Amino acid sequence: MPRLALFAMLLTVPVSVLAGCLAGPYPVPWQAVLGILAGGREYDPAFVTVVVQMRFFRVILAWLVGAGLAMSGVAFQGVLKNPLAEPFTLGVSGGAAFGAAMALGLGWNLGWAGAAFFPGLSVVPLCALAGSLLALAAALALSRGAGGASRETLVLAGIVVSAFLSACISLFKALNEESTASIVFWIMGGFQGRGATDVWLYLPYFGLGTLVVWRYSRELDVLALGEAQAVQLGVDAARVRVRLLAAASIMAGAAVSVCGVIGFVGLAVPHLVRLAFGASSRGLLALSGMLGGTLLVWSDIVARTILPGGAELPVGVVTALLGGPFFLFLLKRRAGNGS
Amino acid sequence: MIECRGLRAGYGGREVLRGVDLRVSPGEMAGLLGPNGSGKTTLLHVLSGVLSPTAGTVRIGEREIGDLRPKERAGMVAAVPQRAGPVPGMTVTSLVLLGRYPYLSLLGAYGARDHAAAQAAMDETGITPLAGRQTEALSGGEFQTALLARALCQATDILLLDEAAANLDVARKAAMHELLRKKNAAGLTVLSAVHDLNLAALYCDRLIFLKNGRVLADGPTRTVFTRAIVEEVYETTFHVFAHPVTGVPQGVVVPGGGPGAGGR
Repeated sequence: MPRLALFAMLLTVPVSVLAGCLAGPYPVPWQAVLGILAGGREYDPAFVTVVVQMRFFRVILAWLVGAGLAMSGVAFQGVLKNPLAEPFTLGVSGGAAFGAAMALGLGWNLGWAGAAFFPGLSVVPLCALAGSLLALAAALALSRGAGGASRETLVLAGIVVSAFLSACISLFKALNEESTASIVFWIMGGFQGRGATDVWLYLPYFGLGTLVVWRYSRELDVLALGEAQAVQLGVDAARVRVRLLAAASIMAGAAVSVCGVIGFVGLAVPHLVRLAFGASSRGLLALSGMLGGTLLVWSDIVARTILPGGAELPVGVVTALLGGPFFLFLLKRRAGNGS
Repeated sequence: MIECRGLRAGYGGREVLRGVDLRVSPGEMAGLLGPNGSGKTTLLHVLSGVLSPTAGTVRIGEREIGDLRPKERAGMVAAVPQRAGPVPGMTVTSLVLLGRYPYLSLLGAYGARDHAAAQAAMDETGITPLAGRQTEALSGGEFQTALLARALCQATDILLLDEAAANLDVARKAAMHELLRKKNAAGLTVLSAVHDLNLAALYCDRLIFLKNGRVLADGPTRTVFTRAIVEEVYETTFHVFAHPVTGVPQGVVVPGGGPGAGGR
């Protein structure tokens, strides 16, 4: 069953990419889109620019970010044994946004020499990563301080951290007399104007995170049994947990540094996959990655086509609109189970 | 072989084990008995690496337990936990297969050997018909049996059980212990924490009584299962008699004896 599902999900990738390259205020005939994607350059140069520079890399970035956020959600939910955990609810995304906004605001947007070859090593994403890890540590410490890391306390702590940091971003930006648009960008992220550079920036972190999470996916199954049994089965629980948390934070933090905070993808996607297929960690990771990518590509299509006159909605607005009710549904379902 | 000397351990600031000296030789089948809170689960947690001792030494085989890498240790000692809950979305087969975790390569994929070991363990414990079932859909006893299958699938020399038969009916309790005896005869060292004194006496050659975090009595079942010892351990009045068929000691509580009543 998951094999068939995986195959079906794989099919959605080219379909979504194609749809993403077709959609937009500037009409490009579908024959031209197909031709340009296939490598043909004999078309109207305006078409080529729109399809390749404005759409294709943006779609790829949206897919990678969606996949990264979803896999990050799988890892957080598994390690923390908390069905409500994801980068957004844990404050990880907020921390990353804070780090990145500070770096940009303080004019630290300078790469060292290596950044010219490897954009991922420039200051902004590194500050985003530091911010995400610090925010996660703060949320975990807060929830422990508030009497045990129960599911609700942890999410509550994450939301407190998140709200506090977005207030800091707003204040910082306002004091620097920046436009509200740049504040909104960090709090409600989007892909407007994103392109190839951002793909290259995100790709290494996406790759590293995916590798680590995949490597420890069997351990995620064992950790689901609880700490004591995991140790009895030979899992180095403390080490595995730290590595998975770091990998999940890196995937989510680096995503924020290229496109701002996009909530609920990491929450909703793993649950949808579990509801539909009930897969083990491996299947769950693969299917969630695919679905997360597809979902974000389509959310981005909605975000840039729904408003008249070529205006764009931040994609974070679309995912929050879809994700908020889903979060409530999960809460209610858990209350109904009495667990 | 398991060996503890001067073992102390606890949770946070609360010390549960207050100096345990114990040696279980290869091929023994020992029952671990004692009142609630006497330290049975804590001892099993130390022996399976879940809890680190605060003082004293613990050896598994010839090695200090703290020196073993987690997978190495899990290849030597398997445990059937108490009060474990099912995992949503996990089938019986995938639960049993997790017993192969200590032997998995870096990529974590199961090989033919792993599947064969899991199948053998499910056959032995009689849960093969449940193989495809979700763990949430199992009864308490079936889930407990699946955990035993997982521990057997772990293919260790030492097996620790913590109230493994607690949720089983009388016949299944007996069946599980017959299986443990069979595995024991084939060389498995068994240390089993049980509340059911008589069950332990029927199936274990040796009984270890814990009280207040210390070993109060330890020896062959026929020697240590006496009225004086069980009354001291449980602080209640017992009548001890020989099992009419096998002759091993059995005990029943005498009503009105209550904790602290002691006496005759």
